[in-house]
Amino acid sequence: MLKPKDKQNSVELYFMEARSKLIDIAAFMDRIERDGQTDDYRYKAFLDALKELDSEKRAESVLLALSDPTEEPIEAATTKAASGAWPDKPQ
Amino acid sequence: MRYIEPHAHMVSRTTDDYMAMVIAGCKAVCEPAFWAGFDRSSVNGFYDYFCQLTDYEPKRAAKFKLPHFSWLCINPKEAEDLVLAREVISMIPDFIGRKNVLGIGEIGLNKNSRNELTILEEHVNLAAEHNQLILVHTPHLEDKLKGTRLIVDLIKNDSRIDPNRVLIDHVEEHTVKYVMDAGMWGGLTLYPESKCTSPRAIDIIENFGADRLWMNSACDWGISVPLAVPYAAQEMRRRGYDDDTLDQVFFKNPVKFLSQCHNFSVRD
Ligand SMILES: [Zn+2]
Repeated sequence: MLKPKDKQNSVELYFMEARSKLIDIAAFMDRIERDGQTDDYRYKAFLDALKELDSEKRAESVLLALSDPTEEPIEAATTKAASGAWPDKPQ
Repeated sequence: MRYIEPHAHMVSRTTDDYMAMVIAGCKAVCEPAFWAGFDRSSVNGFYDYFCQLTDYEPKRAAKFKLPHFSWLCINPKEAEDLVLAREVISMIPDFIGRKNVLGIGEIGLNKNSRNELTILEEHVNLAAEHNQLILVHTPHLEDKLKGTRLIVDLIKNDSRIDPNRVLIDHVEEHTVKYVMDAGMWGGLTLYPESKCTSPRAIDIIENFGADRLWMNSACDWGISVPLAVPYAAQEMRRRGYDDDTLDQVFFKNPVKFLSQCHNFSVRD
């Protein structure tokens, strides 16, 4: 554990930044609905991950919700890129 | 302030970046071998790259009075071709003796495939045989959790490897504990969108302590910020950390890990 000697008020430091990101998320969701793209697996995973905001370890839980939870290596890599959400997640 | 940049792909950066890093207080830069953004067509491409990492780039950095160190491997994005990967691995011992080489890296996984895992194991074996430090790249985004577990388990199973001589890079909130529990070091990569922002990286350090964690920019040919490390230091200052703590986190801790390689040295 590490703590600053001169601890600052975290709400003072981070509220405006978090507020801005929250509104961006809201606008993103409005945009996806307006464009009729709510069926995209990434957007569905995004909505699932949002539920983790009610959990205790939020950042960790959001990341876990967006992760491939399987344990076995895949047979072969057919692409190099990652999309940010697990495509095979059961809907 | 003074700091170490433990992970930067300087061959993809400009002299302006070198200048800015030195002015910001960078005392040494470490460059892992990685993917060029395209697949190299033959083993000769890797030969040239290793020459660049161990000869040309240190000379370029020296023009800015910045000590430059490098890590060698074939990256996991090109490890699906076992024949090519093995040709590259067999060439690495010829370069290990060069005076700026820190060890084997950044090895690891990308899509968590069987061939990637085979080549990771062969790299770990190479490191064990030549008593080299290990730097590991963990996969991106949805593949990171699974890849980190596979990597840590594989290395843990090799009793020749001291976990304190292994750094698992690009850890995030969902993977850091697995790495810390294994007794290895972790790298927090500061990227604008993927990986960690400065506030999150500092949160992780506040939760897990800074003893075996470092921060890096991993700046390369993609969207990345070569000054991300001093920016994170400024963020810590904003939270109320003093200069001694910053020196410990951004200079002394990385020096402690890197000094396990006798090629590494840095002026105070
Ligand atoms: Zn890298």
